[in-house]
Amino acid sequence: MELKVVVFWVFSLVLIGAAVGVITTRNPVQAALFLVLAFFNSAIIWMLMEAEFLAITLVLVYVGAVMVLFLFVVMMLDVNLVPQREGFTRYLPLGGLIAATIVVQMIFLIRVRWFSPENFPAPTPRGADYSNTEELGRAIYTDYLFQFEVAAVILLVAIIAAIALTMRRRPDTKYQTPGEQVQVKKEDRLRVVSMDAEK
Amino acid sequence: MGFFEGLWLFIWTVIKILCIVVPLLLSVAYLTYAERKVIGAIQVRKGPNRVGWMGLLQPIADVLKLLTKEVLVPTNSHRFLFLIAPILSLAPAFAAWAVIPFSDTKVLADVNAGLLYVLALTSIGVYGVIIAGWASNSKYAFLGAMRSAAQIVSYEIAMGFALVGVLMVSGSLNLGDIVRAQEGSIFHWFWLPLFPLFIVYFISGVAETNRAPFDVAEGESEIVAGFHVDYSGMAFALFFLAEYANMIMIAALAVIMFLGGWLSPIPFIPDGIGWFFVKTGFMLFFFLWFRATFPRYRYDQIMRLGWKVFIPVTILWLTVEAVAILLEIGPWFDVRAS
Repeated sequence: MELKVVVFWVFSLVLIGAAVGVITTRNPVQAALFLVLAFFNSAIIWMLMEAEFLAITLVLVYVGAVMVLFLFVVMMLDVNLVPQREGFTRYLPLGGLIAATIVVQMIFLIRVRWFSPENFPAPTPRGADYSNTEELGRAIYTDYLFQFEVAAVILLVAIIAAIALTMRRRPDTKYQTPGEQVQVKKEDRLRVVSMDAEK
Repeated sequence: MGFFEGLWLFIWTVIKILCIVVPLLLSVAYLTYAERKVIGAIQVRKGPNRVGWMGLLQPIADVLKLLTKEVLVPTNSHRFLFLIAPILSLAPAFAAWAVIPFSDTKVLADVNAGLLYVLALTSIGVYGVIIAGWASNSKYAFLGAMRSAAQIVSYEIAMGFALVGVLMVSGSLNLGDIVRAQEGSIFHWFWLPLFPLFIVYFISGVAETNRAPFDVAEGESEIVAGFHVDYSGMAFALFFLAEYANMIMIAALAVIMFLGGWLSPIPFIPDGIGWFFVKTGFMLFFFLWFRATFPRYRYDQIMRLGWKVFIPVTILWLTVEAVAILLEIGPWFDVRAS
């Protein structure tokens, strides 16, 4: 067996194990950490497919930023596990239905003709000087510029909407204005009083 | 490739890795010595001067002391995560060195997306801090972890934008090519056209490594020692090692991206690996100088600086840079890879 195949199997097994860990572990922080492990392993599998730009971006964005914020929130939550399991039997039929739907959809998707391994031969290895960063850049910023701009505008609207939804006026909050603080003079704060000496 | 060729490649790579890691460990040891000596000099003290000549064996003594101490695991801590956290903060700090070009030819892995790789690995380093803070099951450690997570995410954006500026003017993500794009003299290096980005990058780097004045994650006077308050012995030493390795890393990256890496400042003096070390040492001195000079930032001031000052500054300068590239203003913006 080729070394690359061994590496692939090792990392995909760890990936599946981590993914199972995400949904089976009781502790939410551990679940988030399993998700980090899953992201990292999928990044390595992308790297094996010579998609190094996407692999590193996955680590940079999801592992380095998104999951840190996730952990930040999850660690501060005080999750009580007992009420979570209360409605288990009540929600079981609905949950089972959704799970079955997803499984059926995935089977259909994987079995359709364009998803069979014959249609996806192993990619031909590129030379060492081939940079798929440049290829991606050309695709995004030259060939599909308009679509990319539309997606960017939609994201911008989403960001502004999220901020607008959480913004609320809180009149009792105290703010500092560093500009004013810097410009404070001695006369504003200090009063010199001349008084007789105490005996 | 035959079996023995593969084996030889493996051994040769391990030898090359050792050639980077062993000097790195030594530099970390003597950086702590330099730090104590420099801060001592700034505060008109002598610094360590007992162990060996001029105190030169002090780092060795410190290492021996830490090695012989017991690693305590607090009750009710998460044992596995508690013990793996120092390793998680050390491993990315070392792995990032794989793509650093020390000179024109001396680089372990000459990869295309080197800059992204370094950025990704430095952003993983925060997990060591967060996991340590959570697994210790202590309020102080937890506060430190929370602060560190918020701070690193905030400053990563400014840092990323600063790096975008570098790759716009050099036209490459490969660290070696970035240095080669600065060929010429000291005035061809990117610190001059990208001066605001250089400043933003370096200050964000100080914040990313949790160094003073951004060391709220440790904050001795407020939360004792923050995320590593429960660590002792070798586990503590690993955190220490990671912090200093990251400092050297940030200094080396600043040198590569803004100060011309191994290139010499004056055209007729030959380039060489020596210049790289001299410049990195110069940048490292700033870390020590900052620590001795500035009081610790308050938490809300850190957030204000990161989000409301640095990010607008970088975006503004990227716009200026884009215009300069369009107009092909020399000598920096007209030599792009076409």
